[in-house]
Amino acid sequence: MDIKEIKSKFPIFTNKVKGKKLVYLDSANSSQKPKAVIDRISNFYSKEFSNVGRSMHSLAVTATNRFEETRDLIKNFINAKFREEIIFTKNATEGINLIAATYGEKFIQDKDEIIITELEHHANYVPWHFLRKRKGAVIKFAECDKHGEVSIDSIKKLITSKTKLIAVTHVSNVTGTILPLSKIIDLAKTKKIPVLIDGCQGAPHIKLDMQKLDCDFYVMSCHKMYGPTGVGILYAKKKWLDELPPYQGGGGMIDEVKKDEISFPESPTKFEAGTLQTAEIVGFAESIRFIENIGIKNITQHEKEITEYGLEKLKKNNSVSIIGDPKERGAIISFTIKGIHPHDIATILDDDGVAIRAGHHCCQILHEKMGVPATARASLGIYNSKEDIDILNESINKCNKIFNN
Amino acid sequence: MDLKELYQEIILDHGKNPRNKKKCDGFNKDAKGNNPLCGDKVHVFLKLNDEKQVEDISFEGEGCAISIASASIMTEIIKGKDFNVAKKILENFINMLKEGSKPSINSLSDNENTTIMSLSGVKQFPMRVKCATLAWHTFLHAAEDNKKVVNTEK
Repeated sequence: MDIKEIKSKFPIFTNKVKGKKLVYLDSANSSQKPKAVIDRISNFYSKEFSNVGRSMHSLAVTATNRFEETRDLIKNFINAKFREEIIFTKNATEGINLIAATYGEKFIQDKDEIIITELEHHANYVPWHFLRKRKGAVIKFAECDKHGEVSIDSIKKLITSKTKLIAVTHVSNVTGTILPLSKIIDLAKTKKIPVLIDGCQGAPHIKLDMQKLDCDFYVMSCHKMYGPTGVGILYAKKKWLDELPPYQGGGGMIDEVKKDEISFPESPTKFEAGTLQTAEIVGFAESIRFIENIGIKNITQHEKEITEYGLEKLKKNNSVSIIGDPKERGAIISFTIKGIHPHDIATILDDDGVAIRAGHHCCQILHEKMGVPATARASLGIYNSKEDIDILNESINKCNKIFNN
Repeated sequence: MDLKELYQEIILDHGKNPRNKKKCDGFNKDAKGNNPLCGDKVHVFLKLNDEKQVEDISFEGEGCAISIASASIMTEIIKGKDFNVAKKILENFINMLKEGSKPSINSLSDNENTTIMSLSGVKQFPMRVKCATLAWHTFLHAAEDNKKVVNTEK
């Protein structure tokens, strides 16, 4: 695989940052976009744009077809059984909120329990907190150990007859831990508990097969998958889509509207109120094609190689402490440097063109658990190379020179 | 933009060895400040006497070198000043970081001027201005009995 050639498809890398070559290590936050995706959005607006699913004219037909083609591509990409199981949202956060609102409305009563983990991003906690406030639900946190692992036992011991949902991340956006999803889902199935997976850090890096995984809900963030901002995907098993009430009300999501009654169509229409991010969704098709042309397994393999190189290199650097040491790790390395706050690290690295994220990464529960208020995080995409890690390491040494001289 | 301007000796020193980082004795006012995006936290303690003079000021908290140094420098400069003077210094300081104007306070000694000017480099790093101003906004909340937690995102 020629990474240089792949990287050349991303226009952003032709720009300099502070006169330096851009070393982009913030893909867990948002990935960069290939030219094909950028061009597709522009071409769509120039040549094919119209609103979808409403008008009868030729442009509307073209636009609707392009829009629905993306749904088919996603269905195949994640091996969902039905295309209706793919719902477009504005982001992964909205996908979780949609389930919290609709599943919560219908199935969660006072004292019912929802299990999440201490690893979760705020997006997979706050929506359940709303349910706690609104309906009296109880949120239980499966413990993560010092390695950043959540064992199957830590989830098992929280399950009671009141457990109504298990909502866990696929990959931690801080420690990089890949959770044992199959085991969790198998366990949940024996107790007939639905499982929601926050797949933001999984979908861009790991081969997905919804029929094999057999979870009930899986949310994705398109802008982390080399795609445009403003688009998320909610995968939900068909049986739920038939049972759950609509989420937002508005145009497009109705069947028949009368003064005293309104009826609703089936999924996905039922859950897609109003005009969606048409051009972005059409553009996202190119992101899927980009990933599939490289091959998601090749992406996993390449990122694993660079992550291992990064871990090895940073572990040798005595000033650096790596947060978590999971057995199965995605393309994420969070770290601290003795005596230097992560914000200061980020500013100094930025001076060398190295883009990382510093802070709590929307995981305050986890940071409290790990006993650090903030961490610095390097996260990878397909365009990263060992050279990027070398530059990161040099820049870390510069932090030490400035601070610990 | 130059890192050396941001991380001057004075700032590194205050960041590593912050002054007045404790709960000061006999404080009669306090306020908290948060930077929710970063997780930075500061708690300012203030002893304001009947003549509206800052008899003592201190802080506790965690954050980056810039936020800790700025809090430390603030306590050093404001201690002993009349509240109205302190408020003027604060306004000038914020203007310096946002608009690049030089703080012109007659009541500051040369030494104090040098110290406060050491933070002027922050202006070149827009993402860090909030780090430098957090403690100062929190001081104002404490002095004015504003019970709201200072939030840099508002």
